[in-house]
Amino acid sequence: MEKLLEVKDLAVSFQTFFGEVEAVRGVSFHVNKGETVALVGESGCGKSVTASSIMQLLPMPPAFYKRGQILFEGEDIVQKSEKEMQKIRGNKISMIFQDPMTSLNPTMRIGNQIVEGLIKHQKLSKTEAEKKAIEMLNLVSVPQPEKRIRQYPHEFSGGMRQRAMIALAMVSNPELLIADEPTTALDVTVQAQILDLMKQIQDKLGTSIILITHDLGVVADMCDRVIVMYGGQLMEEGTVYEIFKNPKHPYTRKLLGSVPRLDMSRSEMLHSIEGTPPDLYKPPKGCPFYDRCDEAMIICKDHMPQRDYHTDTHYSCCWLNHPMAKGVAEGSEA
Amino acid sequence: MAEPLISVRNVKKYFDVGGGKTLKAVDGISFDIYPGETFGLVGESGCGKSTAGRTIIRLYEPSGGQVLFNGKSVYDLSSREMQEVRKDFQMIFQDPYASLNPRMTVEDIIAEPLDIHKAYKSHAERHNRVIELLKLVGLNEEHASRFPHEFSGGQRQRIGIARALALNPKFIVCDEPISALDVSIQAQVVNLLKELQEEMGITYLFIAHDLSMVRYISDRVGVMYLGHMMELAKSEELYENPIHPYTKALLSAIPIPDPEVQRSRHRIMLEGDVPSPIDPADTCRFVDRCPYAIEQCKGKAPEFTEIVKDHYVACHRAKDILEGKAKPTK
Repeated sequence: MEKLLEVKDLAVSFQTFFGEVEAVRGVSFHVNKGETVALVGESGCGKSVTASSIMQLLPMPPAFYKRGQILFEGEDIVQKSEKEMQKIRGNKISMIFQDPMTSLNPTMRIGNQIVEGLIKHQKLSKTEAEKKAIEMLNLVSVPQPEKRIRQYPHEFSGGMRQRAMIALAMVSNPELLIADEPTTALDVTVQAQILDLMKQIQDKLGTSIILITHDLGVVADMCDRVIVMYGGQLMEEGTVYEIFKNPKHPYTRKLLGSVPRLDMSRSEMLHSIEGTPPDLYKPPKGCPFYDRCDEAMIICKDHMPQRDYHTDTHYSCCWLNHPMAKGVAEGSEA
Repeated sequence: MAEPLISVRNVKKYFDVGGGKTLKAVDGISFDIYPGETFGLVGESGCGKSTAGRTIIRLYEPSGGQVLFNGKSVYDLSSREMQEVRKDFQMIFQDPYASLNPRMTVEDIIAEPLDIHKAYKSHAERHNRVIELLKLVGLNEEHASRFPHEFSGGQRQRIGIARALALNPKFIVCDEPISALDVSIQAQVVNLLKELQEEMGITYLFIAHDLSMVRYISDRVGVMYLGHMMELAKSEELYENPIHPYTKALLSAIPIPDPEVQRSRHRIMLEGDVPSPIDPADTCRFVDRCPYAIEQCKGKAPEFTEIVKDHYVACHRAKDILEGKAKPTK
């Protein structure tokens, strides 16, 4: 399959008053054309920083790229100037944010916000652009789009606003859509509508999606591949079946075990993960999960394990994979 | 079954929104909560579940109805009598960042209920009680002199729980206590709540929109929609055999974290959004979005009735749906 995006050894830090916070510490992954990749992890694990750096959306300073490359269609985004980025943002790569109320402009009519990108990127006339905006709102199932484009964001409900955000993101038919917790603020019935809509649009337009979420149910529903992130590093990656059926990293297994499932007995205890994620102001030298891992060994403290491939698509970074370790118990404990 | 600890009878809470309009946040709900159980209250945002929780313990003055606590009518008490009863009612809030005063030390936060009810004789007694509570929720002595900003979200929620436990309450309203936390931390807090219940026999009203978590923690679950109670049953029964069309749709919308199961499921997609609770029509609240709606549903709102033993449903077509006679009309 053709690679659309390739991130190579990306490291992003923030220069703060107290020193450098290493939010992303050398991550490498790729996204193929037309697929949906999930980036999963707890708050502060660096998933949103990774996504924002693909769009160069981080304020610089305090943020800076420490090392690495982000190759999009063969070109390195890290090296691009602001002017070159403006041609990519909203045109070839778009983003949907968690909170549609704060990411839409409250003082602009919905129509004008959608039209803005079309006039800028595709050099359409105002009437043509407006026609396209109505078409787009229709595509995302906003009723009465002719009336709706004259309204302001506060006149939309939460679900409708997220639909408008998707219309706005998809209007210039981007190659890559980054969805940062797109349904976290929504109710489950609305979430189901929005996820369904994203799938339909992907089928129609062939867009690649990076879905950032902490909801493992959404991942199981939507994604082809899953990347598990912790403490600014990638812990495990595999197809959605490999990750859910045969998780190899202790963190992935714990994460899967900590969510209650509808088919689980009430007398079972939830597997909570004791402690909290590491502080990335002073990141640990070895495996970031060392402090919270039940299966940690001496070597884990000071040495970060390599990627060990279990199949062509499935790797994990854990010393338990090493032939000298006792080996990870097969299957999930969840 | 034992005598209920709390009986909620036709409780209503209306808000005047100006212009002669009324927002009917809670519009006549009735249920019992038994000692030592966890009653889950679920629904989407704006359905009135938080308002219901707050009205039951009289943090909001009710617009109608009655709540019996140990046989006493809570809404008829004078403010002095209410103060006494409040020792038995506590609340755990959703946002652990907003619900702790940033200028108070953890010790003062946890001891505040003790201060208000003058529940100690000496300073040493107050301090010892705080330490005891901290240990109970998995924190330790040295945390007492710190301020809330020094703690993570999960730890703050533990402080909030310690404060709620200070007066040995009988009944705690947990209003979305875990929705602001990460999944791994959610499990910690839920396990803690379960342990405390087993040790101290506390009764919970657990309000949440995360249905899989509610099923896990609750003995019985009530489903609310636009101020009405739609369905109420034992948690296994409700999740395995939902009768109300809204409950069915709600349950089918929860994604299950297992790709094989999730991708082979049939989903009931609801059209549109939850309608406005301002001056709603006196019909079944779900009629506009209900796939099973018939002419009768556009008339008077259905009664909340026991369809199967211990399984209450407010739906005109409940019997038909149960017997498999009803077909979706949309």
